[in-house]
Amino acid sequence: MSLHTRPVGELREKLDSGALSAVELAQSFLARIESSTLNAFIDVRPDLTLAQAGAADARLAAGERGPLLGIPIAHKDIFVTRGWRSTAGSRMLADYVSPFDASVVTRLQAAGAVCLGKTNCDEFAMGSANENSYFGPVRNPWDPKAIPGGSSGGSAAAVAADLAPLATGTDTGGSVRQPASMCGITGIKPTYGRVSRFGMIAFASSLDQGGAMGRSASECALLLSAMSGFDERDSTSIQKPPEDFGRELDRPLAGLRIGLPREFFGDGLAADVRAPIDAALAELRAQGAVTVDVSLPRTALAIPAYYVIAPAEASSNLSRFDGVRYGHRASHYTDLADMYARTRAEGFGPEVKRRILVGAYVLSHGYYDAYYLQAQKLRRLIADDFSTVLDSVDVIAGPVSPTVAWNLGEHSDDPVRDYLADIFTLPASLAGLPGLSMPVGLGAGGRPVGMQLIGRVFDEARLLNIAHRYQQATDWHTRRPGGAS
Amino acid sequence: MQWEVVIGLETHAQLATSSKIFSGSSTAFGAAPNTQASPVDLALPGVLPVMNRKAVECAIRLGLAVGGTVAPRSVFARKNYFYPDLPKGYQISQFEIPVVAGGSIDVVWEQDGQPASRTVRLTRAHLEEDAGKSLHEDFQGMSGIDLNRAGTPLLEIVTEPDMRSSREAVAYARTLHGLVMWLGICDGNMQEGSFRCDANVSVRPVGQAAYGTRCEIKNLNSFRFLERAIDFEVRRQIELIEDGGRVVQETRLYDPDRDETRSMRSKEDAQDYRYFPDPDLPALVIDAAWIDTVKASLPELPKAMRSRFETQYSLSAYDSTTLTSSREMADYFERSAAALAVLSPPADASAGQAQGKMLANWMMADLAGALNRDGLDIGAAPVRAEQLARLVARILDGTISGKIAKDLFAALWQSPGGADDAVDREIDARGLRQISDSGAIEALVVAVLAANPRSVEEFPRRQGEGLQRAGRPGDEGQQGQGQSAGGQRSAAQQAGRLRQGRARRARCRAPDPAPPADQPR
Amino acid sequence: MSLTADDVARLAILARLELSAQEAKTTLSQLNSVFDLIGQLQAVDTAGVEPMTHPIAMGLRLREDQVTESDAREQYQQVAPATEQGLYLVPRVIE
Repeated sequence: MSLHTRPVGELREKLDSGALSAVELAQSFLARIESSTLNAFIDVRPDLTLAQAGAADARLAAGERGPLLGIPIAHKDIFVTRGWRSTAGSRMLADYVSPFDASVVTRLQAAGAVCLGKTNCDEFAMGSANENSYFGPVRNPWDPKAIPGGSSGGSAAAVAADLAPLATGTDTGGSVRQPASMCGITGIKPTYGRVSRFGMIAFASSLDQGGAMGRSASECALLLSAMSGFDERDSTSIQKPPEDFGRELDRPLAGLRIGLPREFFGDGLAADVRAPIDAALAELRAQGAVTVDVSLPRTALAIPAYYVIAPAEASSNLSRFDGVRYGHRASHYTDLADMYARTRAEGFGPEVKRRILVGAYVLSHGYYDAYYLQAQKLRRLIADDFSTVLDSVDVIAGPVSPTVAWNLGEHSDDPVRDYLADIFTLPASLAGLPGLSMPVGLGAGGRPVGMQLIGRVFDEARLLNIAHRYQQATDWHTRRPGGAS
Repeated sequence: MQWEVVIGLETHAQLATSSKIFSGSSTAFGAAPNTQASPVDLALPGVLPVMNRKAVECAIRLGLAVGGTVAPRSVFARKNYFYPDLPKGYQISQFEIPVVAGGSIDVVWEQDGQPASRTVRLTRAHLEEDAGKSLHEDFQGMSGIDLNRAGTPLLEIVTEPDMRSSREAVAYARTLHGLVMWLGICDGNMQEGSFRCDANVSVRPVGQAAYGTRCEIKNLNSFRFLERAIDFEVRRQIELIEDGGRVVQETRLYDPDRDETRSMRSKEDAQDYRYFPDPDLPALVIDAAWIDTVKASLPELPKAMRSRFETQYSLSAYDSTTLTSSREMADYFERSAAALAVLSPPADASAGQAQGKMLANWMMADLAGALNRDGLDIGAAPVRAEQLARLVARILDGTISGKIAKDLFAALWQSPGGADDAVDREIDARGLRQISDSGAIEALVVAVLAANPRSVEEFPRRQGEGLQRAGRPGDEGQQGQGQSAGGQRSAAQQAGRLRQGRARRARCRAPDPAPPADQPR
Repeated sequence: MSLTADDVARLAILARLELSAQEAKTTLSQLNSVFDLIGQLQAVDTAGVEPMTHPIAMGLRLREDQVTESDAREQYQQVAPATEQGLYLVPRVIE
């Protein structure tokens, strides 16, 4: 039987009963990764993986039990790791090995999860198509001509193609939800501050948030519960006791109030995306949920607000890459200024450079108020719109992306087209709210369609509950791509 | 044309914490390069800052001490610029909302021999992180970067452009230096860079309201350099303007070897710092309860101690300010005053004031002079507070004169480490103890006068000579113990009586009780 | 609004990014399309709105003043492009 397609719960039983060893399990996934053509991984080190698997087997043999003990997992290459390279998909860090692990990596290793390697992503998580990686684009398992979405494209493709049962991702403007949607898997970005940013290579600090990616909501709940929690090394980490985000999975949906923002269902939304979402909403209504028309009037303005704030923070966060203490340094230069300029010109890709330049501009003297400050005020208005709506409904539902995955290279002439495609994921990111994407069908070309659920602050368990109830009644999350692996 | 100098100072005080402001690395000085640089200090990918509580408390202490406002909510911002000793490519500082706003520092100094004073207004004090160091000695044409200092907590204390001379600026810097050490928030070690000043200097024609264009002289780490750098810069700007040029606003460096300031090229292209609130650090919230706790833990502050000295010891503002310029100085004064009160309990409050005033004079004249001469801190003064008290006590009880006291002071200075009563031993050793038996003096005086009849007639005119005779080691085999003041008095009395009638020469009345010993001026 | 070649040159210096003449040209047109998009901000009336710098309102958490790090220079400098005698080497710094 093929282990890699089995749900985590089933693997759990086999490991606990001794019918399966963590080493065998890891080996079967390593073999699939080895033969994969998706370019989903940047660094794989079987020796390190099997060592962790061996340790997990020892703990199992000693009678220890835990939801993730011995379960393989892939980490987005934004989380730093000892042993595996930590590149952020950039030439700047192509050979960088971190002397410490990200808090998320430490937590999951303590829980007994076995790291399969580092997944490909857009450079410094900047992108919506995973075409901005120094290590080349990732292909969508459903169609090798299609993008997997971004920036956590490697993680999404790996889970969709059964190269890993679970994967971590990071979401700054939709980077967990959008690739999950385009690859037909489930992904959740929790409330800002739930998952420690310590060891996450920063893109936009006030927006970056780690997230969980898996085939089902219940599996995402397991992963999120293990990877989140207070961390004293992150000053923006929320001081709350650990939570079991799966605690409400089976809660009936009767009486659930779902808000449908009219701005999410306008002309911009492709028909082949809208149809599966309408069907999914019908299923939720069938389970007793009530849908209500609501309005998030500033939805479109989330795009300019985000594309001012994120580049501003990025331009500062990426200043540390100067070729002095680590990372790439140009081989030829005349003086210090030249060393900086060439090192950064060679080390960063085109999209990263564009965002650094935009960020420098919106923060520079004479433009700060007109751009950065104005964007921060708009951010407040957008967050206020959400709290108003979420006073009257429990969750908000809508599309993740206006279209299904587009073809590789389709937008490369015009970066702004990618920006516009983020319209439905940016608002929750700006407001710091939890957002989830679950597969609800297939659109044009048999490419997956995801539906987004946005909840109140700290309401992750509710989002996972809704997705789980939906997945109990449907089988979209169990569909497997016929395409490449 | 007459020019007015306008000076504002920005002082960086390294805070006395054991760990860095945003990381758990040690702040100890002098470690091997980069051995106290952690991932956070090195800005490795993925690290985040976590604020040091003690650094905030230090800022609160200063805020309270200068009468400033401690912000209930202040914000950390990023100051963006590239420099090899700045690992993140930005410095975490405070920009729009600093932790302390306002406040002032009273400064006194001597201008042309006259005591001058001013209350220098503070604009703000904010928390920030220090940068590393670039070592310019040659490594095959490269510079070496040491990041041990990167992330050391700094409190930057900024004044209004209130100062009008280099001497005043130095006086302010010294007072602030004393204050931060007084508060225990900075070790004040200028050699190690714990206390550094940037001076903003401009000149304008006397009477002109508008400020001239200013230049900022960076990193002045000694009071002497501060004074010299300002003096040079003032000359440079005046000459420039008088030669028809104009001052350009720029950052300049002081070169002590050439005693001149020069433009800092490396900073020129980095003028646009693109400040913005640091998204890694929520707002710093300081509630009233915390401020109260810190207030309760503060020592008596210079300001309060100054006014106490002025009433308790009737000291002038200048004296009290000088004596409270450092905690050591103030402790010395208080210790010696306490010791003196025990040795010669003052009859009443005014006597107590007089004693304090007398001690103050000794500290500011003789002690300060000797410290200056030998370049010593008061902490290392060879004459301890208890010894000085004893010395003054001996003047008060008439054992020795002020003049002899100065000799003894010099002697004690040369032989440090003596007991509290080293003064008395010295007095005995030198046989300076006065004859306390006034009868003996009486007899001596009578004998002297008898031997010099003319002295009796001429005494008022030739008092001095008579006194000399009376005091001189005389025929009667005295060993120079005649106490001049007492001798002079009994001589005067005797002379008077003798003029009234020599018949009664044989009969000697007991003299009036000796008047109290005279006070030294 | 639209940027000029000078703006791009100034930004490149500010951000320490070397741009060839060709890159500068394409960058200019791409940045202008980006600024056409984000320029939409200007139209919004935000009078009296408090800027939002952190998505979740919280005060700064403070750590106790304790030394928790020990010397690991050798390990940290393994990834450094150039070091000597424990120092990071860079082209001569001119002040």
